[in-house]
Amino acid sequence: MNFIDSLIKLLGETFKSLKLLSRNTMGFIGFVIVVGVVLLSFVGPYFWPPEQSANVDDINQGVTAKHWLGTDFQGQDNMIKVINGGRDIVMIAFITGITATTIAVIVGATSAFIGGRVDDLIMGLVNIWLTIPKFPLLAVLATVLKLNDVVTLSLLMAFLDWPGLSRQVRSQVLSLKRRDYVEAAVMLDLGTPHIIFRELLPNMMSFIAIATINTMTFAIYQQTGLVFLGIVPYSSANWGVMISAAERRGVLYNPQAMWSIIAPMGAIVIFQLGLVSFARSLDEIFNPRLRTSV
Amino acid sequence: MTATISTPSFDLLTLWDRLKSNYLLQKIAQAIFVVWFVASVTFFVVRAMPGNAVDVLIQDLTLAGVSPEDARNQASLLIGLDIDKPLPEQYGNYMLNTLRGDLGLSYKSRGLKVSELIVQVLPWTLFSVGLSLMISFTLGIALGAIMAYNHDTWIDHLLSNIAATLDAVSPYLIGLLAILLIGVTWKWISISDMRGAMSPGMQPEFSWEFITDIFMHVRVLLLVYVLSTIGSWMLQMKSTTIATLGEDYVTVARARGLPDSRIITAYVGRNATLPLFTRLAITIGFAVSGSVLLETLFTYRGVGFLLAKALSDRDYPIMQGVFLIITIAVVFANLIADFVYGWLDPRIRISGGEG
Repeated sequence: MNFIDSLIKLLGETFKSLKLLSRNTMGFIGFVIVVGVVLLSFVGPYFWPPEQSANVDDINQGVTAKHWLGTDFQGQDNMIKVINGGRDIVMIAFITGITATTIAVIVGATSAFIGGRVDDLIMGLVNIWLTIPKFPLLAVLATVLKLNDVVTLSLLMAFLDWPGLSRQVRSQVLSLKRRDYVEAAVMLDLGTPHIIFRELLPNMMSFIAIATINTMTFAIYQQTGLVFLGIVPYSSANWGVMISAAERRGVLYNPQAMWSIIAPMGAIVIFQLGLVSFARSLDEIFNPRLRTSV
Repeated sequence: MTATISTPSFDLLTLWDRLKSNYLLQKIAQAIFVVWFVASVTFFVVRAMPGNAVDVLIQDLTLAGVSPEDARNQASLLIGLDIDKPLPEQYGNYMLNTLRGDLGLSYKSRGLKVSELIVQVLPWTLFSVGLSLMISFTLGIALGAIMAYNHDTWIDHLLSNIAATLDAVSPYLIGLLAILLIGVTWKWISISDMRGAMSPGMQPEFSWEFITDIFMHVRVLLLVYVLSTIGSWMLQMKSTTIATLGEDYVTVARARGLPDSRIITAYVGRNATLPLFTRLAITIGFAVSGSVLLETLFTYRGVGFLLAKALSDRDYPIMQGVFLIITIAVVFANLIADFVYGWLDPRIRISGGEG
């Protein structure tokens, strides 16, 4: 009974958030796109399984009634490939985004809270880290380590990406620390966990969500880049692999075959734009002040 | 007794404090530290990490049919270090070699010095990335200011959406789209003019012909760099300009009846641009990171192209050298940006604090 109650409450909360979200058109469209891409990538393959054989008659077709997004150099339907190629990308985006943000929040908040020399040291190291070009380092590390699976790759990217975020988290915490309600909580001696989880984090949620989403789009970009350089193997047919396979086949210079590169590119761009416009609307959901002013 | 001891240490302390608060010295010390740090990281990846590059190289050589003993010797020769010595000694030798500019030998193209290979390609990347960053910074600032002055009009909404879209889409995809649209669909510029750094058979010299040829080949790459970095400049400039417009000194300047042109440039523009200089560091790193993909896409013979080739050849000495050089270039560019920032904003220079 208790479980059902809390479930209903959760549904109610979700519905409330959705209602708030639908007020911001761009944000709502972004949200629908993200949910759509995630659903299609994880459920879609059961309805449209990948084609196993090549169709010699249908090579490099443009858009037709039978093939909505044309066919590739093996005559396979691009739309089916796009549906089957999203899972890796979505997983990489989420694992990297969430891991990097978690580390960044922990380190950034700790640094801001302890202050003094520890803060100086951590931020000094972070500033140095920021000047190192990340992608070449990632490429070199991924080559030396011979990465094969999505999870390890995501964790490596998260490990390289968190420092920039932690600097932003730190400055957020520093500015929040001076607010009256936080100072009140400190004086009431409510304890550090209470202050961090009940007073600070809820007020940083929109910022954290936006940071996560930015890391996610960056992770997608890095992954496609690594595939293009041939560092991450072609083990599965994700969007990045589709793009570089098409590029290697010289599709770029063959107007007729263009759809096999436009389709995966479009999928990535739509997913990224969906994430970004969703992120931009999050401020309104988490910040009640902006809500009432609408 | 205490006075005699404390006097010299007090002097030393003030000297130390003065050095510490000197903006330029602080930045130079930081830059040197970063270079040392990155060189150490490279050493770690190449030599000390489990499954490090040298071990992998030896493994690759053994798989290619070289005896384990020879493989170790060859690896030593390529890296320029005696890999049988203890690690701390190797680290010392590695640092000395790097200081001397000796980055080892290429693994694939035998005998070629890594440092010479890099010197050949470095100017091309400095030229293309540097020029495009200047263009995108200037243009982005101008457009951002226009957005701020026309806040909440259709111009602002249009430009903001364009900027946000450009900011969200990765340089690699913009590059693919540029080839697809400009080269293939619209046929504005032929594909052969986009690829490479110059026409085949062209000799680098200081002539009109050579310069036009370089620009002809680099223009699409420049466009892609500019498009991929301009969005963030526009959005940042818009927000800093809007913030500056609310400052008292702007209102006072208006009240004094100063001409609009002077307010826009000297009062608002200058102060709104300042915070952007601190963001230059991240953008330079971003552009250089993008060069690995974009130079490969446009077969532009720069540092990024060399690194991409080394990665696919698993040419570890080149990888190590290029990574080091790229980082030094970025650190140096940051140093210049810091100097310009200190020159533009005396507050930073004098207080020596964080911007």
